[in-house]
Amino acid sequence: MERVLMKGCEAIAEAAVRSGCRFFAGYPITPQNEIPEYMARRLPEVGGQFVQSESEVAAINMVYGNAAGGVRAMTSSSSCGISLKSEGVSYCAMARLPIVYVNVSRGGPGVGTIQPAQQDYHQATKASGNGGFRMRVFAPATVQEAVDMTYAAFDYADKDRNPVLVLADGVIGSILEPVVLPPQKTEEEVAAIKDSKSEWAAVGHQLGSRAWINPGGWDNILYENCNKDADAMYQSWADEAEAELYKVEDAEVIITSYGISARISKSAVDALRAEGIKAGLVRAKTVFPFPNKAYDAINYDICKGIVDVEMSIPAQFVDDVKIAVDGRAPITTVLRSAGNMLSKGAIIDAAKAML
Amino acid sequence: MEELIYTKTKTIQPGKSSGFCPGCMHDTIIKLIGEVLEELDIADKTISCTGVGCCGLFMEYIDYDYIQCAHGRASAVATGLKRGNPDKIVYSYQGDGDFASIGLAESISAANRGENITVIFVNNGIYGMTGGQMAPTTLVGMKATTAPKGRNPEEHGYPMHICEMLDTLTAPVYLERTSCNTPANVIKTKKAIKKAFQNQIDGKGYSLVEIVTSCPTNWGLSALDSLDYLEQKMLPEFPLGVIRDR
Amino acid sequence: METNICIAGFGGQGVMTIGKFLAQAVTDSTELNTVFFPTYGAEQRGGTANCFVVIADGEVGTPKADFMDDLIVLNNPSLNKFIDTLKPGGNLFINDTIVTDEIKRDDINIIRVPGTEKALELGNGKVLNVIMLGAYIGYTEVFPVDVMWSTIEHKLAKKASLLPLNKAAFDLGLEYGRKNK
Repeated sequence: MERVLMKGCEAIAEAAVRSGCRFFAGYPITPQNEIPEYMARRLPEVGGQFVQSESEVAAINMVYGNAAGGVRAMTSSSSCGISLKSEGVSYCAMARLPIVYVNVSRGGPGVGTIQPAQQDYHQATKASGNGGFRMRVFAPATVQEAVDMTYAAFDYADKDRNPVLVLADGVIGSILEPVVLPPQKTEEEVAAIKDSKSEWAAVGHQLGSRAWINPGGWDNILYENCNKDADAMYQSWADEAEAELYKVEDAEVIITSYGISARISKSAVDALRAEGIKAGLVRAKTVFPFPNKAYDAINYDICKGIVDVEMSIPAQFVDDVKIAVDGRAPITTVLRSAGNMLSKGAIIDAAKAML
Repeated sequence: MEELIYTKTKTIQPGKSSGFCPGCMHDTIIKLIGEVLEELDIADKTISCTGVGCCGLFMEYIDYDYIQCAHGRASAVATGLKRGNPDKIVYSYQGDGDFASIGLAESISAANRGENITVIFVNNGIYGMTGGQMAPTTLVGMKATTAPKGRNPEEHGYPMHICEMLDTLTAPVYLERTSCNTPANVIKTKKAIKKAFQNQIDGKGYSLVEIVTSCPTNWGLSALDSLDYLEQKMLPEFPLGVIRDR
Repeated sequence: METNICIAGFGGQGVMTIGKFLAQAVTDSTELNTVFFPTYGAEQRGGTANCFVVIADGEVGTPKADFMDDLIVLNNPSLNKFIDTLKPGGNLFINDTIVTDEIKRDDINIIRVPGTEKALELGNGKVLNVIMLGAYIGYTEVFPVDVMWSTIEHKLAKKASLLPLNKAAFDLGLEYGRKNK
């Protein structure tokens, strides 16, 4: 397979195009500008449409309208810009529209910093908008994973008719790494995907069989049933949670993390092993659904503690870890935020302190 | 011999009736749009992108494709939809709070890009569904639940003139302000709506019809008195006519 | 094997290009893995710029290690900012023309290259980065010299008229790198 050196943001955009994305609307914000810039060049080549929107709010609503018309549509932003998309994502969840969006996250809260951080975890996994909806949330740790997850995200979105979030960060977005790109869907395949939605999509129908893209209204019973249907779907995802287990079996100390932090954590595991310390890693690849079962693989008879590693102060990921570990081992945290990178040394020190 | 001289537009679901207040002109406008879609034979490829507020009350009873949009975002939704389906007919239907207040950025930007869509902008100078709050188009001195002493220019500024604002842009092709307060004006409104859809069919670009209407309920007037108010107060502030036709 | 490299200087000195060329060469012509990680100031021009490159035969872990094997500095602020991140026994490549601050470590290898001076002698200050890249490859041979040059050639394909100048700069850098071994 041919490797190409690509920047994370550009690789994400290319993966989307190859997955059949034919519409992108977005607004400039660092550190994700290479996604809209790439789309502005690339989408016209495949007959797609790019719109630089007047705001993040407009972008997500353009995507709402485009997805309502059956097209694979995407937007991206970073942290504070993602907040502005919340309402639109919530509308997609209620109207059951398949969209993909990407958060190349930075420091927060507020305008925060333009450097990489992981401070949007709760927003991404618990409350991406009003109303208590859920989404599949993928957390890539490499550019290759960002590509593969973005490519798959469109299939998940269509299968569920629900938004899917790729939760990247400013490191994944800005690094260059060799990647193997997935195959480009043919124009026939892209057209067939659109056609497959023609029954429910707002593409014009004979009178009497209209499409109704419906994010809510007045009929309490109807919308409670919508909530119930959605909830059943969210619960059905539990077994599809994905995690990486690395040297967990005999581990006396477990480091757990996701995204870019997990990558640094893995280096720490290797360094600890090189010193003869039995360390292991549990990495969440989907942060919703959360891979609770991955934490059952830990041998709690010998595991003396768990180190939660994330680029967020206060810690957020740790709340889900606590539920998964369920009191079976003590948990400590190693944290940075506001655009400061985690140090491998700090993780190693925290792991040793658990022993 | 009996002669059939009028039937209800087939774009309204059989047996359904609207929930609009007595004297409201939304009913009339929805009917006019339906008639135009039938006359242009485009009902089966038309999608309504509708704002939030009373303008959304017709979602339960029209019979062609319908997207309920977030408050203020219908022009953005219509943009996204039309870009992905350029052979379909896409219109947004928005009230004054939706179009001119919360959605102003989306509204102006869609016009400025010259999106090939049709916009029906219904201006009655007040928020209806939420209960009579002040709108950007509320007249000076007009009472609202959030301006209990009436709109005061020193505090609230002056009514916003959307057609005239959009007329400062280069891209829009057609801007007209009409009303539905008299049978003659209803006929003019229908003509304007038809032109705004024909422009889209012809690929000419952005067309907007601003329709000055009443809100008897929140104006605190009877249906008939509200027509007088519209004539005497609203129309001097919002004069009818073609603002741009290219 | 894992090599962590930091390249630092002013915006406009071609810092990012050195890092990208290294990562591109690894991707195109080796079986190794690599990561290029840029960090910028908020300024579009004239601020500080630095980047990190990792070259490894296994999976690359952290894109920015705590400590560097090799450090390439093109100005004084970069020297002072990063000198303490260099491992004992690590290699410091300095643009000797303008990096004049005292180096307060005696546990590292220092490769002095009069980069700015030689670039100006070649008639174009912009090739400073190619001289430094040549010196780095000549000294470390982290991968074969011809791999690096063919990547530069490929990257400059659209500006073929600049190739002779860049070849001269690269060779000059190589020479400095080799003779410092």
